[in-house]
Amino acid sequence: MSTEAPAVWTRKHLLGLHELSADEIRFILDTADSFKEVSTRSVKKVPALRGRVVVNAFWEDSTRTRTSFQLAAQRLSADTIDFSEKTSSVSKGETLIDTARNIEAMGIDVIVIRHPAAGAAQLLSRTVNCSIVNAGDGAHEHPTQGLLDLYTIRERFGRIEGLKVAIVGDIANSRVARSNLFALTKLGAEVILVGPPTLLPRSFEQLGARVTHDFDSVIGELDVVNMLRVQFERIKTSQFPTVREFTSMYGLTWDRFQRCKRDVFVMHPGPMNRGIEIQSDIADGSQSGILQQVTNGLAVRMAVLYLVTQATSGSDGQR
Amino acid sequence: MASILIQNGTVLDPSQKLERKADVLLRDGKVAAIGTNLGQADRVIDASGCYVTPGLIDVHVHFREPGDEEEETIASGSASAVAGGFTTVCCMPNTKPPLDNEAQVEFVCRESQRVGLANVYPVGAITKGREGKELAEIGSMHRRGAVAFSDDGVGVNDAAVMRKALQYAKMFDTVLMQHCEEHSLSGGSMHAGLASTTLGLAGIPAEAEQLMIARDLLLNRTIGCRYHVQHISTAWSVELIRQAKRDGQKWVTAEVAPHHLLLTDEHCATYDTNYKMNPPLRTGADVKACIEGVKDGTIDILATDHAPHLSEEKELEFPFAPFGIIGLEPALPLYVKALVEPGHISWMRLIEMMTSRAAAIVKLADKGTLRDGADADVTIIDPNREWTLDIEQFASKSRNCPYQGWTLKGRATHTIVGGDLKWQISH
Amino acid sequence: MRNQYDEGDVRRFVESLASQIAAAFNPLKPLNVVGIRTRGETLAQRVTDELKSLGFLHIGRGVLDITLYRDDLSEVGPRPMVRPTQINVPIDGIPLLLVDDVLFTGRSIRAALDALSDFGRPSAIELAVLVDRGGRELPIQADFVGLTLKDVPRDHRVNVRLKENDGRDEITVEPKT
Repeated sequence: MSTEAPAVWTRKHLLGLHELSADEIRFILDTADSFKEVSTRSVKKVPALRGRVVVNAFWEDSTRTRTSFQLAAQRLSADTIDFSEKTSSVSKGETLIDTARNIEAMGIDVIVIRHPAAGAAQLLSRTVNCSIVNAGDGAHEHPTQGLLDLYTIRERFGRIEGLKVAIVGDIANSRVARSNLFALTKLGAEVILVGPPTLLPRSFEQLGARVTHDFDSVIGELDVVNMLRVQFERIKTSQFPTVREFTSMYGLTWDRFQRCKRDVFVMHPGPMNRGIEIQSDIADGSQSGILQQVTNGLAVRMAVLYLVTQATSGSDGQR
Repeated sequence: MASILIQNGTVLDPSQKLERKADVLLRDGKVAAIGTNLGQADRVIDASGCYVTPGLIDVHVHFREPGDEEEETIASGSASAVAGGFTTVCCMPNTKPPLDNEAQVEFVCRESQRVGLANVYPVGAITKGREGKELAEIGSMHRRGAVAFSDDGVGVNDAAVMRKALQYAKMFDTVLMQHCEEHSLSGGSMHAGLASTTLGLAGIPAEAEQLMIARDLLLNRTIGCRYHVQHISTAWSVELIRQAKRDGQKWVTAEVAPHHLLLTDEHCATYDTNYKMNPPLRTGADVKACIEGVKDGTIDILATDHAPHLSEEKELEFPFAPFGIIGLEPALPLYVKALVEPGHISWMRLIEMMTSRAAAIVKLADKGTLRDGADADVTIIDPNREWTLDIEQFASKSRNCPYQGWTLKGRATHTIVGGDLKWQISH
Repeated sequence: MRNQYDEGDVRRFVESLASQIAAAFNPLKPLNVVGIRTRGETLAQRVTDELKSLGFLHIGRGVLDITLYRDDLSEVGPRPMVRPTQINVPIDGIPLLLVDDVLFTGRSIRAALDALSDFGRPSAIELAVLVDRGGRELPIQADFVGLTLKDVPRDHRVNVRLKENDGRDEITVEPKT
């Protein structure tokens, strides 16, 4: 047996993957292994966060991410509070900071925030004292999604390094694309971004990605294809003309799937527009990792909540 | 009022190409004499080691009166101006209600007199309500004392309306100051580039500014109305102005603000809204180009675009926070830091850009100069004084400023307006 | 009381533990041996090997990571990685031997008992430790002990080092730095 890894986790917040080192990212993924094991037991709970309070502060609708975080907190034995825009004083015009301070004053440990403005999690981390976990801030980052995507890829291939991972769709407005890009490049994968020029600015090349507007030209080299959800609002702002044209050029159609590598791994952050960015039978097929992503999302979020709450300074422990 | 004798300083008056050690005598609100042995005065100021310059002028400030008096008033703004060494400022019309009629022009002029610190001149709106559709009463406002016209905060988006404005304003030999921003390309909260892509923020492309400059230069080629580009920020914008001037369009002028000479879009990485303004901070290459524009005269004057906002407005999510930072009080040393210290321009040229050139654009003949009989607006500057900026000490009501803690060199020590000492430094 | 025990001492303690355990259990019946990460697990393997050579035929193995069950999570500083617990054998109705390296306050064992209760219900749980240094803060006792140290000052650490983890076998009593 080898000696224990000396790495420890010291960050109080998880705001994004851009600022994390490769070691820190691996640390979270390794920690998630333990939490995945918890979900296989008959009693799917550990007391690690007993007595702590985790608040889901969602200024943007998202049933799946919210329930994932809620379940993650509950499996850690934390108390959870759900706070959504429609049921709070935000609709009465309260600022983000005021709302957060009011919540914090009730004695809580973690705020999980989803918000339509990039930088909202950063802003909170500067103004309240509890831990902040970013569940998606505008088009900036969705770190737990990036982490669960990496975890799923690592689980499937045993590694990240050297893999060719394509992210396809509305990249410019995608926090999932950014978080994935930052983490995958740090861990040595080659990231290929695919989309129309109106949704994929070339400046992404300076962030370490290969950029192409021609899906078919790269389809045969990919180990992983991560399809992003098409957002129909982009038609109104002329970022692409019609859904039909988008699907024909950037959808994972059956025909394209046939031209992929035999063991290509297909992913999607959800929710899917079946038949638009991805064909149903591919999404439900044996090469799809979509459901594993959801399962792993729970383990990753448990790991993140566990790590940020125990990242406090103190004396060392003697048994 | 009392007479003032300023002794032992170095007079620096670009309007007379004057730079020499001399005394200055101010009497009855005018410059009486420059020389030696000027006789007695009621008050004597020792300006040893300092420059004695015409009072500094800033043609681009926002005083939020009427409408947002908690952010700034003409009174607090004037106090901020004199604390920065400015004797004359021109305030923009995006107040609530907007400054698009004589009565409001009158209000600003009267309030400026009542407060009695810096000279505050109103800039009237080009269009009614700043809506960009119908011309405002430019003639009446001009008669009452508006020194320029602008819809600042936005540009005049409709080419037909802008063309009419140029034709109409030409009649009064007044100047149109344009906030150059093509509306349909706008909507972002920072410069569109690598930084905005990394941060996931919608960007304002450089072309938004360049498009309106190019359009206005073309519209104005055969009209020749005096046209002034506000807060220039991109390399190609500077090049467009350069070409126009080379082309013989002598009615075109431009200004640049301190932040576009010192900061870049990378500063937005922490989502600190003190780095959010419009036009946004651009890239390092744009900063270099603006500095080049100052060096070769493409850019005529320096102006702060002093834009006060309440803390609770700025302490919002980056996309939702208002644009703008204040700038009157640190302006002079910031220009020194950006332009004089690295050796790009001399003190003479710096003062020219802050006095005579500015006065010429807004046609204030008796300001920006120390020739005999000019208004006794004088700034005494200690170019060697080192100090640390403390925003909490500002006379402005607002605090939205990114330069907290900066070590600066150079500072106004005395500000004299109309022959009265309105501000001096507290040691 | 000595401050230093070498490889030979460690071997003798492990052998002693094994014979104490062998005397208490029926070698023909199933016995689960679960070590507490990290060195408890190493010891569990050594004890298991000894028990097998003493005729124990049905030993089930598991490893427990108690990090998530500690009651001092808020006090302790940044901690090393939490690793998965692996208990893949059935534990209901079968005696379970917990193995750890040092028994001190008893809080680790309390955490281990909590963790085990989430996995099932052994017929009995007994505890084997290499070193008992006293200083209990909870009413917990070891059933099998290799070395008992009395009156170890609170400001001293008892360090167990094992070949598989640290490159050598030794037990030392050292002041905390």
